[in-house]
Amino acid sequence: MRRRALRDEPPFFELNPRRTVRQGHLLPPLDVPDLDPAAVLPQSLLRAPVEDFPDLGEHEVVQHFHRLSQLNYAVDEGLYPLGSCTMKYNPRINERTARLAGFADLHPLQPDDQVQGALALMWELEQALKAVTGMAGVTLQPAAGAHGELTGILMIRKALEARGDARSIVLVPDSAHGTNPATASFAGYEAVEIPSAVDGTVDLAALAELMNERVAAVMLTVPNTLGVFEHRILEISELVHRRGGFLYLDGANLNAFVGRALVGRMGADAMHINLHKTFSTPHGGGGPGAGPVAVSEALLPHLPVPRVVREGDRFRMVWHDPNSVGAMRGYAGSFLILVRAMTYIRSLGAEGLRELSDVAVLYANLIRHRLRGAYHLKYDAPSLHEVVFDDSVQATRDVHNIDIAKRLLDYGFHPPTMSFPLIVHGALMIEPTESPSPEEVGAFCDAMLEIAREVERDPLLVKSAPHDTPVRRIDEVRAARALKVRWQPEQG
Amino acid sequence: MHPWVGAGPDDRRHLLDELGLDSLERLFATIPQEVCVDRVDLPPGQDEDTVRRALAAVADRNLTLSSRPSFLGAGVYRHIQPSVVDAVLSRSEFFTSYTPYQPEISQGTLQVIFEFQTLICQLTGCEVANASLYDGATSVVEAVLFAHRVLRGKRNRVLLAETVHPVYRSVLATYAGAVGLELVVVPPGSDGRTDPGRLRDEQACCVVVQSPSFTGVVEDLPAIAEAAHASGALAVQVVAEAVSLGILAGGGAFGFDAVCGEAQSFGVAPGFGGPHLGFFACAEKNVRQMPGRLAGETVDADGRRAFCLTLSTREQHIRRAKATSNICTNQGLMALAATVWLEALGGSGLRDLARSCLARAHELRRRIAGLGGGWRLAYPAAPTFNEFLVEGPGGGDELARRLADDGVLAGLPSRRWGGTWPDGLLIAVTECNRAADLDALVAAMKRLS
Repeated sequence: MRRRALRDEPPFFELNPRRTVRQGHLLPPLDVPDLDPAAVLPQSLLRAPVEDFPDLGEHEVVQHFHRLSQLNYAVDEGLYPLGSCTMKYNPRINERTARLAGFADLHPLQPDDQVQGALALMWELEQALKAVTGMAGVTLQPAAGAHGELTGILMIRKALEARGDARSIVLVPDSAHGTNPATASFAGYEAVEIPSAVDGTVDLAALAELMNERVAAVMLTVPNTLGVFEHRILEISELVHRRGGFLYLDGANLNAFVGRALVGRMGADAMHINLHKTFSTPHGGGGPGAGPVAVSEALLPHLPVPRVVREGDRFRMVWHDPNSVGAMRGYAGSFLILVRAMTYIRSLGAEGLRELSDVAVLYANLIRHRLRGAYHLKYDAPSLHEVVFDDSVQATRDVHNIDIAKRLLDYGFHPPTMSFPLIVHGALMIEPTESPSPEEVGAFCDAMLEIAREVERDPLLVKSAPHDTPVRRIDEVRAARALKVRWQPEQG
Repeated sequence: MHPWVGAGPDDRRHLLDELGLDSLERLFATIPQEVCVDRVDLPPGQDEDTVRRALAAVADRNLTLSSRPSFLGAGVYRHIQPSVVDAVLSRSEFFTSYTPYQPEISQGTLQVIFEFQTLICQLTGCEVANASLYDGATSVVEAVLFAHRVLRGKRNRVLLAETVHPVYRSVLATYAGAVGLELVVVPPGSDGRTDPGRLRDEQACCVVVQSPSFTGVVEDLPAIAEAAHASGALAVQVVAEAVSLGILAGGGAFGFDAVCGEAQSFGVAPGFGGPHLGFFACAEKNVRQMPGRLAGETVDADGRRAFCLTLSTREQHIRRAKATSNICTNQGLMALAATVWLEALGGSGLRDLARSCLARAHELRRRIAGLGGGWRLAYPAAPTFNEFLVEGPGGGDELARRLADDGVLAGLPSRRWGGTWPDGLLIAVTECNRAADLDALVAAMKRLS
């Protein structure tokens, strides 16, 4: 990383070490009579003053967070090619519209007639996501991708119950993201793996064997985590439906074909859409996201409540529906994230969305082309928006994907995804998205090629990376062994 | 050509040349033609100025909380928003980064999570807290599943106080059915409090109470923890108004096994329901059953203090189907908002803010109690923080509507989702409700009686 903090920033709890009286943020004046809490609340339930919660002046607080910010890499610093995370540019207009008082300063329990604009925006976003997916309906409620998965699988459970057909298994490919099997078991199903064929797509014969009357749903990612499109998707959906199951598509990789192909035509029954991936809402250091789910006619009656309905030119929030799967979280959705996504879709329109998948796929193929001489490509099938190399060439010199990743930090780039797909040992999953310039993508490729040469020339240099980051390589084993997950004063 | 796409037409041509392709279409050859379209059914894109004006017009069709005296609470509260919070949240180093899987270039985010976890521990009285959950409602689900795991799945019943927020209870019901948990709802006594004597059940994996409760009542936490533990169940406290922790001790201090809830009050906008900020805290001995991400302190190769995500073996990206939860993306930026908000106020500031809410709420309580004309407190003897239930001349729906017509957002109809409590208005008061707001509400109530 090119930038370093000038000095270490201690945790908040070590600031103002003598715990002197300093003025924190000024409160509005108390224009009612003061009241001793002990006069109205049981003394036994009151707290003693919190120890080690210091008071700071405002500039000190701003400096604290400014200095901490300097230790972070971010999309605005450079390429952030985390595969399947779609770390694209977060347009600044989104941040402005989401902060409009007419959106931010609304209570979710205000009567419908006070919030017609908010309801109209949610309805418009539902229509837009229906258009993008070609599906029959959309719920905006889920708070993130994994939450969307759970919503979809619970809707499928509800549909099966409605037809008196209890099933117990969800099939998930061995290439899937970890949330897929975790979701299946969270929803009370047994997750069973589908093996991949030699090209990395689903082994259709294996699926045919596994797909029996106990299988509630098959969860597939399109394109899959290798960036490879399930080109036999129509045969798969036909098979799943013929045997009474539902097809769940993980939309994490929608950026590969948005504006160009419709999951409705692929036979999907449900697909979540990560607004924080394809639709540019910021990742925020780990969230918040939003994971609306688009559904087929078969699941339409089971959409979560509350949801918006249109009646003429008015909008109404429906809170009760006996066929609904129920409520998946508080209120109708992460509304201010929905505002950002709607801003993005209005800005890009139909042509703009198609343009972004065009360039996202073009960049990923450029990276694939430039790096394939230096890094091993286990699955050679044509890929779309991401490409998965592995470290098998470098491993002969005992250099592994984690070392390559850490060395990339020195070159000023965020590393690729490494924790999956599990079918590629030592994976380096690279997704550039459409937003960087060609020069930025080129610089990343150059860094990867240089690292490959360094592995030949000086493997220790790579193994001991990073050398140029705010901190050196971190002892993650120690963090887990000597668990310290809250600040405590030094003993003695 | 759009400004958010990095390569122009010439660039694309050059790149295609390098790939030896004559058209972009070749790259998409693996997608079957039957599923493709020439264009999706959306209007053309628009420039920034046009989009911004149009969305501002949509926003203007909403009635904001600040435009009237507002006493709506019920789990979502309007509190002061120091400018420093949004200034920090707007730094692209924070909002355009992702989960800190690469600790060497994510120390800012990791240290913020560590500070957030510590603040939540300090306020809840628990030993460990996670990096956040989606919201208050899903935090209750996670707490119940946590309790179920801690007792090794041997007890499938949940004793749930009716005064846990009805929205939280409905979300819990959605999940509970799928995993075979039985919910037993325990109504409050005539004083609004949950009777600890009714919280003993040998089949229950946990007892869940909210304090302050949905109707604003502060529960007898020590007695509830004792009752839960007497039958071998875990005790779970839900907190929907996190500012209450500025003067009330968190359940950890009374032996609660988990304290969870909604921390939207800490610097997060009401935002028509989200994104908000779920939190979860528990005892360290059960940390391996905890859901969600966790940041821990360690050292780097030079022995300097540093932070990283830890105990990931609980999580879906390692443990897959056996993970403690399927959560991945959480509410990172909202946890940052809460951290900045709390640190900007300081320990004294948080206490003073909570006292300000308490004083204003009790001033309003006092004035409504003396109002006559059919207005009265539903639970005059119950201890309350900044929210309380009022009965008036009519049902809650009618009262709220008539007061809104008179220019005051007077609170939530208390039977919005049913309930065994009186039908009235649930009124929340924060430091944003100045004396003039209280005057306006009392005057409107008087006109209505």
